[in-house]
Amino acid sequence: MISDKVKLQPEVVEAVVIRFVGDSGDGMQLTGTQFSDTSAMFGNDIATFPNYPSEIRAPQGSLYGVSGFQVHIGSVEVSTPGDNLDLLVAMNPAGLKTNLHALKPGHTIIVDSDSFSKKNLEKAQYETNPLEDGSLENYRVIQVDMTSLTKEALKGVEGLDNKSITRSKNMFALGMVYWMYGRSRDYTIDFFNKKFKSKPHLIEANTRVLNAGYFFAETLELIPNAYTISPAKMRPGTYRIIMGNTATAWGFLAAAEKSGLELFLGSYPITPATDILHELVKHKHFGVKAFQAEDEIAGIASAIGASFAGDLAITTTSGPGLALKGEALGLAMIMELPLVVVNVQRGGPSTGLPTKTEQSDLLQAMYGRNGESPVIVIAASTPADCFQYAYEAAKLTLEHMTPVILLTDGYIANGSAPWKIKSLNDLPEIKNRISKNASEDFHPYERDEATLARNWAIPGTAGLEHRIGGLEKDSITGNVSQAPENHEKMTKIRAEKINRVQIFIPNIETEFAETGDLLVIGWGGTYGSLHSAVKQINEDGYKNIGFAHFNYINPLPKNTEELLTKFKKIIVCELNNGQFAKILRINFEGFKIHQFNKIQGLPFGNNELIAEFKKLVD
Amino acid sequence: METTIEQKYTFKDFTSDQEVRWCPGCDDYVILRSMQKALPEMGVKREDVVFISGIGCSSRFPYYMNTYGMHTIHGRAPGIASGVKLANPNLSVWVMTGDGDSMAIGGNHFIHVLRRNINLNIVMFNNEIYGLTKGQFSPTSLVGQKTKSSPYGNTQPPFQPGELALGAGARFFARIGGNVPKEMTQLFIDAHNFKGTSLIEVLQNCVIFNDGCFKNITDKAVKEDKQIFLEHGKPMIFGKNRDKGLVLNKLKLEVVTIGENGITQEDLLVHDAKEKDLTLHQMLVRLQYPVATGIIRSFEDVTLEESEDELTRQVKANSKFKKTDDLFFAGETYTVK
Repeated sequence: MISDKVKLQPEVVEAVVIRFVGDSGDGMQLTGTQFSDTSAMFGNDIATFPNYPSEIRAPQGSLYGVSGFQVHIGSVEVSTPGDNLDLLVAMNPAGLKTNLHALKPGHTIIVDSDSFSKKNLEKAQYETNPLEDGSLENYRVIQVDMTSLTKEALKGVEGLDNKSITRSKNMFALGMVYWMYGRSRDYTIDFFNKKFKSKPHLIEANTRVLNAGYFFAETLELIPNAYTISPAKMRPGTYRIIMGNTATAWGFLAAAEKSGLELFLGSYPITPATDILHELVKHKHFGVKAFQAEDEIAGIASAIGASFAGDLAITTTSGPGLALKGEALGLAMIMELPLVVVNVQRGGPSTGLPTKTEQSDLLQAMYGRNGESPVIVIAASTPADCFQYAYEAAKLTLEHMTPVILLTDGYIANGSAPWKIKSLNDLPEIKNRISKNASEDFHPYERDEATLARNWAIPGTAGLEHRIGGLEKDSITGNVSQAPENHEKMTKIRAEKINRVQIFIPNIETEFAETGDLLVIGWGGTYGSLHSAVKQINEDGYKNIGFAHFNYINPLPKNTEELLTKFKKIIVCELNNGQFAKILRINFEGFKIHQFNKIQGLPFGNNELIAEFKKLVD
Repeated sequence: METTIEQKYTFKDFTSDQEVRWCPGCDDYVILRSMQKALPEMGVKREDVVFISGIGCSSRFPYYMNTYGMHTIHGRAPGIASGVKLANPNLSVWVMTGDGDSMAIGGNHFIHVLRRNINLNIVMFNNEIYGLTKGQFSPTSLVGQKTKSSPYGNTQPPFQPGELALGAGARFFARIGGNVPKEMTQLFIDAHNFKGTSLIEVLQNCVIFNDGCFKNITDKAVKEDKQIFLEHGKPMIFGKNRDKGLVLNKLKLEVVTIGENGITQEDLLVHDAKEKDLTLHQMLVRLQYPVATGIIRSFEDVTLEESEDELTRQVKANSKFKKTDDLFFAGETYTVK
């Protein structure tokens, strides 16, 4: 049944945003992933955003148990999962209630009307049925008895219990959306064939339901409000869809192979970083040593041990875990050993919002250790460039012999996007500083003149036996020294070593305008939202709005101050209470730095950003 | 494993140029010298030896050894040592720790390293006190013990390190007085030769803050009567006159005298350190009279690195991925022209 109060004039647009929502057990993540992968194969650019509760299986039908997956597909470049929805697929009343606000007026809702029972309406705190009380009249509502139709489609398939029948209704919804957007079912059917290789009845069942949904939409001639037909113009190359956490893991795999070292991961499970551990434990074929430790501290401790012994060592965590690793990170810093700490940021403080995104660990990454303890801090900005920055983190730590913190966040870690695959041959060289030969006058704290990096003498090398530790050490011999001048000297050397990394990192560049009225500044995982908002405001007739996005935070790129002088106004947009703005103020005096901050566990929306920019330039 | 070397080291080869800074008369000197004497007997190359410590008096140890070493942070040495050993299983890795470092701040790492059975060695200097922070009670201090942080007497019941270690799955546990360098040297060699995590508890006197804490057990005049030095396969016999022994009476160990009540040496328990079941080993570590020393448990088991190596070998043999490019370009990819 379709309420067509809104006259449908389908238009061809550059990009559409679709969100699938339902109970956390309804398979919405799978449905969304299938749709986005299929669209990518078709040639669209895509960006996705899963949004799920921290409960594994929240009570059925509850408002807080709603799980969603949003996908943005485009015939042009898309850099965010999108803001306002063109299509909302709601498998239950709770999903409708919690997501309707994001749907553009006049656009389409597909609901499973079977799920709008009295009980489910109560759970979703609806007093009257929204399908009947006229509250949805500004939208185009497509009511489908999806549960009944799924059961009907599965009549005669042997070996299915009631639960598995009901659970496959997500494939009915997927089939409908495939027809609406002219997508092929082949990719998903292939997926069934692989996933259920040993369970042919499940291949049969899922395929039947997918087809049933597809033909149902065809029979109704369901057309979307807006659709996009052509593949995006993407740079030539071989692509795959990759999630941020997988890209991070793969960046380290590549860095290990390129540097000729073995990769060691010491880690303790924590949301939303655990998928990096899950990924790396698979790769024993590359000699990866992934060690699940007893706690966060042992995770980093084992990585420090492995680094001392000559491995490319990393540890992965999220905010609370970084707090626990602080002391050990200071140890790695004073011992001047290579080590990468990945912090997949989530909402804080304390346990905070474990499954939601935030950028509030920046100051912890910068300063969260006792003593004068600077480390290199860099941040990835998209699911795909997690690969590049993981690789870069490994390169910097090995070449500069000091720990690196790589910041990502729940949003880009769980989001997926096309990644133009990098072959090892295309990646920059990584030199390590391992000393191979015994020498009479070996001193562990002798340094390279350019980088101030010390040499890396690993156990097993005869003649280079030495002791290092957390106590202050003499600037040459490395022996324990509490001498006043030596401590000051060493403190300054360690700081200068980080500063000199500036010579080896790229300048910051602006997009859209090199000089002008307003400079929008961001860092880390907000690249997509900020890029898309600044692009739009420039298209809307505002010509002099520039955008600078930082991936290198400590040290900052060397032309940062110069950049700030080129615009009349500056606004720093972050998913925290103003941490990067603070860093800029500490480093560069005399600039008025505006802030736009959002601390809701959610990414920026396009409209809120544009509204904020307009306030400053109008 | 380590290859045997031609040239024979002496203890001097393992002595670093650093001035030793423990208090005069400290048992730590005995431990240091015993280790420096034991290493040449192990057949291990100097460059393959790594000492890892945490924080505390014991943890200064690596600075005094002319090997690779790391003086790390409080309680975390087992984690760091695990990383060293997993990264390079060819190394002989030693954790030097104390009662506070291993069982208070580092308790979690201590039990888990024992559970995993990585082939490394732990020497725990137990002096029942915090020395480096100048005299607070530790997790092995006795109830009633007066310290700087328990001026009216300690109210916290102590751990018995051996009991904790065996409970955590320790495959090798030995205990030794801090004043018997010859036996200690041999124990270090035995620990090195044992495949798996070995733990040696040294009853170490702190001359400044807990002087005499073990004198009733370790003093020359009493040690033979107060200790039973266990040897695998030998009867559990002790005493200056070698006339005392242990028997099992119902569910308890009992001290008996040979020659009394018809007891002969044949009635005594025979020590089986290699027994998997740890019931008797637990009784021995808890025993207060006599205090059991020597190797109480030495049960060889598969080590973590052996299991990991085996898995890696299997996965490598069956995998189609030899290089990262094989992985990156495998599966669902598509080409844009």
